[in-house]
Amino acid sequence: MAELLLIARLAGRRVAFPASAVEAVVELEGITPVPRAAGHVAGLSALRSRVLTVIDGLASLEFGASGDLREAIVVPSDGHTYAIMVEEVEDVVEPDAAPTPIKAPLGKGWDRVAIAMVEADGELILLVDPHLLIAGPAAHAA
Amino acid sequence: MDELINDFIAETRDMLQALSGAIVAWEAHPGDRERLDEIFRFVHTVKGNCGFFDLPRLAQLSHAAEGALAEVRGGTREADTRLVNAVLAVIDRIGELIEALETGEAVASEDDEQLIAALTPEADANVPALEPVHAAEPEAKKALRSIRLSVDLLDRMMSGVSDAVLARNELARRLRDAPRDVEVEAAFERVSQCIAEIRDGITRTRMQRIDSLFAGLPRMVRDLSAELGKQVQLEADGGDVELDREMIEMIRDPLTHIVRNAIDHGIEKPEERVKAGKAAAGTLKVSARQAGNQILIEVGDDGRGIDGEALARKAKAAGLITGEQAEKMSSAQKTALVFMPSLSTAQEVTEISGRGVGMDVVRANIERIGGVVDLDSRASQGVRLCIRVPLTLTIIPALTVSAGGQVFAIPRSAIDEILRAGAEAVRIDKVGDAQVVTVRGRRMPMVALCDLLGVAPLASESERRLILIKPAGGDIYALNVAAVQDHEELVVKPAAPAVMAAGLYAGTTLADDGSPILLLDPSGMAKNAGISFDEREFQALLAPAAQAETAREATLLLLRTLDGARRAVPVALIERIEDVPAEAIRRSAGKLRVALGERIIPLAGVEKAPKEGKLRILRLTDGVSEIAYGFAEVIDIRAVALDVQPASTPGEVGGVALIDGEQVETLDPYWLFAALGDAAPAEKEVQPVCALPEGDPWMENMLRPLIESLGYRVVAAREGIEADIVIAGEGETLQIRGQSADDAVHRYDRAGLVSALSRGTKGRANG
Repeated sequence: MAELLLIARLAGRRVAFPASAVEAVVELEGITPVPRAAGHVAGLSALRSRVLTVIDGLASLEFGASGDLREAIVVPSDGHTYAIMVEEVEDVVEPDAAPTPIKAPLGKGWDRVAIAMVEADGELILLVDPHLLIAGPAAHAA
Repeated sequence: MDELINDFIAETRDMLQALSGAIVAWEAHPGDRERLDEIFRFVHTVKGNCGFFDLPRLAQLSHAAEGALAEVRGGTREADTRLVNAVLAVIDRIGELIEALETGEAVASEDDEQLIAALTPEADANVPALEPVHAAEPEAKKALRSIRLSVDLLDRMMSGVSDAVLARNELARRLRDAPRDVEVEAAFERVSQCIAEIRDGITRTRMQRIDSLFAGLPRMVRDLSAELGKQVQLEADGGDVELDREMIEMIRDPLTHIVRNAIDHGIEKPEERVKAGKAAAGTLKVSARQAGNQILIEVGDDGRGIDGEALARKAKAAGLITGEQAEKMSSAQKTALVFMPSLSTAQEVTEISGRGVGMDVVRANIERIGGVVDLDSRASQGVRLCIRVPLTLTIIPALTVSAGGQVFAIPRSAIDEILRAGAEAVRIDKVGDAQVVTVRGRRMPMVALCDLLGVAPLASESERRLILIKPAGGDIYALNVAAVQDHEELVVKPAAPAVMAAGLYAGTTLADDGSPILLLDPSGMAKNAGISFDEREFQALLAPAAQAETAREATLLLLRTLDGARRAVPVALIERIEDVPAEAIRRSAGKLRVALGERIIPLAGVEKAPKEGKLRILRLTDGVSEIAYGFAEVIDIRAVALDVQPASTPGEVGGVALIDGEQVETLDPYWLFAALGDAAPAEKEVQPVCALPEGDPWMENMLRPLIESLGYRVVAAREGIEADIVIAGEGETLQIRGQSADDAVHRYDRAGLVSALSRGTKGRANG
């Protein structure tokens, strides 16, 4: 069975995350800003007794800031737990076919985070690595 | 001691269990280096731990096994089946002894010797190769007084309790909004209390005072030094630092090894020490403290230090480094070779710290918990080892503060003092773009938290607090925050790398209401703010007399006078800088004077009283009287070598100094005091006066502060000047002409000078 995908809307587009990388989908309640942190770090939020580092998905793509989005996907990465802000979480689906490599340049931002294309819901959408969104643009430049 | 021995038993049993796989694997493949190292580390650790307790049999057995294994590790011996069997027999015996310790039963000791003999390469056919004796699991005959829990489980309990606290808070909010019901409230109260108690308990299960780690040291040091014929004084400090239980366990072995090494290899024998001019008893200092997001454990001895050259030679001989590499290595790098496996500088192998192997084990253990070991060795002065381990999941007392409407936490350990910005003892001066705070004569740079974080202060945050922060290894500074909220015990967790990258935070934590709080990193903030002020520099200036014999530099305040000239004033003389309204300045009794509160002090630097507006003044003091000097603005503060060309005629300007290639007139405060200060109403008692010849830089820069520190006012020796004491220099000798007696003192005979000058004041007081 192919890996399940979580379909979300990010920067106005439908994107897929590997469902196995996503721990939960949450509504963020209040974000504590982190002054002087990298631009894609929106702040901190609490999920029960855990501290989530909130990543602004839009800012990570260098498309600007997300504003006051509330919906986020929770992704554990390297011992820390992150919440990536997205515009909307749609559904968890089974892909129609196995992911295929991307052949064409996707444009600024997307190139860095997309790992493959995948056919799901009768549409070809990008498969995005949440860990790359978490790493942010600076990590790529380094 | 009971608790310690229980720990030792439990730990050794755990290790034995973990090791059983390695033993089997090694038995099958005696050439397996990794397994060999694992088994070696075990016997080494057991041997080390035995140092805490009086367990001669265990010590003997583990030492023997360690010796045999070290030979194999060193390549001088082959691991044949007989040796493997012999080692395994010893390990089994260790297991038996451990079980026996626990149940209080005796284990026959006759064949210990045989086991040890079997380990020697000479063991031939006479000594039958022993089959490993697998001890039957003895039943626990005695109820255990402690149990071991996995830290994971404690973590889960901890987070469960935290959730309970948050749920309680939520419930409390709902209850406040709901109609009052006394019974429900009482029940809620009870639940709250229970949760608080559980939280407290869980928290404490994880935490342990580092005392428990230090408790075994005195005995160990005593036994070791007695055994080695050395005298060692142990100074342990910081036992109240709390550390995660798990961390303590991880640090126990490395610390033991370090202490043993220090006594065995570091501290010399009494006769050697005396010969080297040291006290017969060596000092061993063990201290723990919390520094930002780390716990620092320092072990320092005043022994002979690590011989880096010898280490390099050994490493070269062992083929670990090439001759070329050895030549290129710095002495610190050579010293660090001590961390390489199988290297030791000890001339002989001793039972105490063995073969220097401890250090590679030490480093491996510390690094496994994300720590760092720093080594600082000075030949014949001693070695200082510093273990730094992270403060993950440690509970630290913290102060919560707010800036720009957001709450932050600061580790309490770094906080020196908390003050109100408007308090009387506090003065804030703007020096260039920087702000300097003076608290009771202590000067330090000030950092505004809002500026540092780049957040806008709220309009409502008018009242300011100053928090004096002393970061580890750094200088004190004042942090300006909007308000101090509360003292709290916070469970600090490491922050995500993207957050740590800001360089300002030590971790994150959750407030009681469940919102995340950032924990500020005291030294990170200082670094970020680019603090370059050195408190010591200021301190030196505040106590010029103490520094007089070495201080050739002075810190000068550069200012622009009202007529536009650049002038410099020694910072040490400046009491404060302030703005005074024009009305406060009056010409009276032939001099311009300024009214400051209830005092009137003479004013210099101003031709006539300004009609309106404000005048900025320096308040200069010589310790007793005070004068004011009006000026336009502060340009800078500079530390410069005092190479002042004296002015040809005495006056307000004492000379010209070269600052940044520009000539700057320096004010002659002594002239100012002499000309203005005499009649100062502030002066309550008349100071004795000492006249010094002019133009001698040595007298000006070195002698003068000393004389002043003795309570004299110094004037230039000139015709018609009356003085209690007149000093004249003739080469290396000073002629001191006083009212009671004349003295001649060598110019560097400080004691003689002081006594001659003290006689002068006394004579005057009597006369």
